[in-house]
Amino acid sequence: MKNYVIIGNGVAAAGCIEGIRSVDKESKITVVSAENYPVYCRPLISYYLEEKTTLEKMNYRPADFYDVNGCEVVYGKNAVSVNKDEKKVVLDDGNEIAYDALCVASGSSPFVPPFAGLDTVENKFSFMTIDDTLALEKAINKDSKVLIVGAGLIGLKCAEGIVEKVSEITVCDLANRVLSSILDNECAEIMQKHLEKNGIKFMLSDSVDKFDGNRAEMKSGKIVDFDVLVLAVGVRANTSLVKDIGGDVNRGIIVDDKMQTTVCGIYAAGDCSEGNDISVGQKRVLAILPNAYIGGNCAGINMAGGNSEFSNAVPMNSIGFFGLHSMTAGSYYTEEEGGELYEEKTDTGIKRLYMKDGILTGYIIIGDIARAGIYTSLVREKTPLDGINMDLLKKNPSLAIFSPEISRKKVEGVI
Amino acid sequence: MKRVYADEKWCIGCHLCEYNCAFANSGCDDMVKALKDKEIRPRICVEDRDKITYAVSCRHCEDPICVKSCISGALQKHDGMITIDQDKCIGCLTCILVCPYGAVSENGTGVVQKCELCLENSCGEPACVKGCPNRALIYEERGES
Amino acid sequence: MSVEFIYPEFEVVRNKDRCIACRVCERQCANEVHKYDKDRGVLISDESKCVDCQRCVSLCPTRALKIIKSDCTLKENANWKNDTIKEIYKQANSGGVLLSSMGNPNPLPVYWDKILINASQVTNPPIDPLREPMETRVFLGKKNEKVTRDENGNLKCKLPPQIELSMPVMFSAMSYGSISYNAHESLARAATELGILYNTGEGGLHEDFYCYGENTIVQVASGRFGVHKDYLEAGRAVEIKMGQGAKPGIGGHLPGTKIVGDVSRTRMIPEGSDAISPAPHHDIYSIEDLRQLVFSLKEATEYKKPVIVKVAAVHNIAAIASGIARSGADIIAIDGFRGGTGAAPTRIRDNVGIPIELALASVDQRLRDEGIRNNVSLVVGGSIRSASDVVKAIALGADACYVATAALLALGCHLCRTCQTGKCNWGIATQRPDLVKRLNPNVGSERLVRLMTAWKHEIKELMGGMGINSIEALRGNRLMLRGVGLNTRELAILGISHAGE
Repeated sequence: MKNYVIIGNGVAAAGCIEGIRSVDKESKITVVSAENYPVYCRPLISYYLEEKTTLEKMNYRPADFYDVNGCEVVYGKNAVSVNKDEKKVVLDDGNEIAYDALCVASGSSPFVPPFAGLDTVENKFSFMTIDDTLALEKAINKDSKVLIVGAGLIGLKCAEGIVEKVSEITVCDLANRVLSSILDNECAEIMQKHLEKNGIKFMLSDSVDKFDGNRAEMKSGKIVDFDVLVLAVGVRANTSLVKDIGGDVNRGIIVDDKMQTTVCGIYAAGDCSEGNDISVGQKRVLAILPNAYIGGNCAGINMAGGNSEFSNAVPMNSIGFFGLHSMTAGSYYTEEEGGELYEEKTDTGIKRLYMKDGILTGYIIIGDIARAGIYTSLVREKTPLDGINMDLLKKNPSLAIFSPEISRKKVEGVI
Repeated sequence: MKRVYADEKWCIGCHLCEYNCAFANSGCDDMVKALKDKEIRPRICVEDRDKITYAVSCRHCEDPICVKSCISGALQKHDGMITIDQDKCIGCLTCILVCPYGAVSENGTGVVQKCELCLENSCGEPACVKGCPNRALIYEERGES
Repeated sequence: MSVEFIYPEFEVVRNKDRCIACRVCERQCANEVHKYDKDRGVLISDESKCVDCQRCVSLCPTRALKIIKSDCTLKENANWKNDTIKEIYKQANSGGVLLSSMGNPNPLPVYWDKILINASQVTNPPIDPLREPMETRVFLGKKNEKVTRDENGNLKCKLPPQIELSMPVMFSAMSYGSISYNAHESLARAATELGILYNTGEGGLHEDFYCYGENTIVQVASGRFGVHKDYLEAGRAVEIKMGQGAKPGIGGHLPGTKIVGDVSRTRMIPEGSDAISPAPHHDIYSIEDLRQLVFSLKEATEYKKPVIVKVAAVHNIAAIASGIARSGADIIAIDGFRGGTGAAPTRIRDNVGIPIELALASVDQRLRDEGIRNNVSLVVGGSIRSASDVVKAIALGADACYVATAALLALGCHLCRTCQTGKCNWGIATQRPDLVKRLNPNVGSERLVRLMTAWKHEIKELMGGMGINSIEALRGNRLMLRGVGLNTRELAILGISHAGE
């Protein structure tokens, strides 16, 4: 019998629980949850505001999930430190929890830049948690003017979630484009136009210089009056628990392919961790849900004595606004970097396939995203393109792009 | 577990599986009423490569990346079968982003759909298999781990 | 339109209320009758190309299609019928010999339908096949005339080679080339499962099917296509094809377009060359010549395999059969004029040869009269359509029947009779890979097995009714038959009494 402890109660934690239980059905699992909710998926909060889901439906797993999996959840507590010698986790209430194997799935926190005068703003919100969401929901009404700082995934999903409920939304970002972490200029422009068509205003290449109550003075000199401020500038991985005990930490907690940190017996997964991004061959924080679950699951299996590796992580994203979807995966190499680009534009969208060294390194699709997973798998598996029918590949993702033997294997085999 | 296997040797490219699938999942008891003058959204797709055709539908992977990637928990694996709770699905399409078979698709109402082997509809057994005129689709248990 | 125009024979009727524009009809028609009109979102048809094979009708998921005979009619009369007139137009257009396929479609007498079977009442009770064993097994081959013993008084049990059949039916000759690989595989697998034989026809035997050899008759025809030592040794019996019921007097013709890939290899002729079998065997001009070939083949196969000589039913069939029975052949196969074919000149198909019923009766009688009936077994074909046809044929004197058209129907053939075009939508009479694959032998062989199993049940029922529990006891038992509506001459040839007698 072992004591498993998971710090955090997000999707990586759920993956970890299911990973442990796939190997060890007996031992105790303790989950330390800062939030007072059973596991839910953070990205759902904008869909909640949009009324596409409810708090109840947001539950990632059925109500009996923890019972069935024999987990004790400590709600509303934060882990403040780890005693690696005595193998104990110390909580903010002073209690200690002993562990044999520990998974740090502490996620990330909103990053709030030190804007001048921010303390003078009364209605300011982050957009990360259910509590943030419920607070924001209360603060807005149909006359609200909302300023969102940050035109990334979080800021824009927030904008989509509340646009029907407020009178005006302005999104500002220091970057020159929306979704700058996943889209290039041209693709971002398509998305931006679509967002603008749906009532969202943008102030790009611009940032707040200072706040004065409900007024923001921008660096460009423009003035924005607002009732509600949403800060969605970015997030920072919560790494301190591991950093404090000497574990290697970069932007995230460094983990190997088995999701183990540099501290023996301590694993990390999810948004707090930094593993290999095979599309660039470097360690990178890939704060996306699939990686959180898969990493957590992998950590769980290894914690329980199984053997699992998560060695094919790539950045990937599926994000849609007002019915227009974009999918992206991998890395985009420019021609100067030795990359090759195939591009196809349609009335409503764009498709870009990035190739380098005989493999598909990444892609961006806006619009017709049907079966894009086939592209993603090429990126993730680093499938050599010399056996691939490039004409078909460019036209549409399908299994027909593979050689007859491979595609036959794919549809006739067991996976 | 019983799965649908496609045998390209006998696939005649008639696309009937797509229509039988769309019909089986329409909730209608009449094919004409269900499909006439409508864009069909089957959960099985006939692909064509140099005159060789074969149907692709969910493989119900042993280690399903769609389930692992589902942000709402709507995709689940039950007794080996991957199911989608469309009530829970919020249409983020992450499953489409990750499925290496292209076997998950939008259903036209903002959520996704996928093959559930017709065990969740009134057909009771895969309609694609039942309606295949040349036994190119087979529903059976094959050797697996 | 011009003088060359011939109004299409069929009309495609599409129920617009039912059509869901799934385009299955369009994808399935090798004749390109159906076309999807994108602008209007509907399917349209060019019926001039329709051959009424019913593929689209069968696959339409909403039953929105039917094919009907066009009622656009010429001013026909009893002499100048619609088809007669159209044939004139076609020949005036083309200047060629008219080609057609499958059997003689004309309303000539079908004697099977004028013969009725007896049943037992009161004094000779019928047998219930569900409760009592019934023997449908037959053995084909030369039988000893009388029981003989050796010097020690032991029975001499050595028989010439025999073919054992679980029921008195075999699949008759259809060459690989005229029909597809998958059709052949279906026949071979079904024959093996059923314990009967199928026949390669004159196109050789694909190496993949050597494994079914024990249930294969390998044919040697005038073109000698695909004949070699391994081939002869592969089969259970060897058949010399002298003639064929659908086209007596001419050899098999397979156009070069069908001599592709494996067909060319199996036939041992170059790709694209027409496979024109000569009308005669150039080494056979007499019974003595035939005897030479019979014994050549027996030598080649070490006297282990029965030799069948197949002839078309023609005018002097009794004398011909008598000669064959003396040639050393073990089995005579006679093919009636309604026998099918992949392609035959229409005039020959429709006007040459005689009905199998009459040929069989006269051959059986002649061989008995000459005391040589046991020299040979008799197999008849040329439109055996049902279990009752089989029973009647046995009672008229046959040892077994050959069926081909019925087998093709089981495989999906809809008797559109356009095999010669090579565009068989059912994957049977075609070599186009995309069409061939439409016949899945897993399905095809199953359907053949089911058909023959059904016939076997029916044969037992009919036998039981007559109070006969072994099919061999029915052979030549013409007392079990009566004719209706036949004249004295016909009854005399058939050797049966009129109903009521």
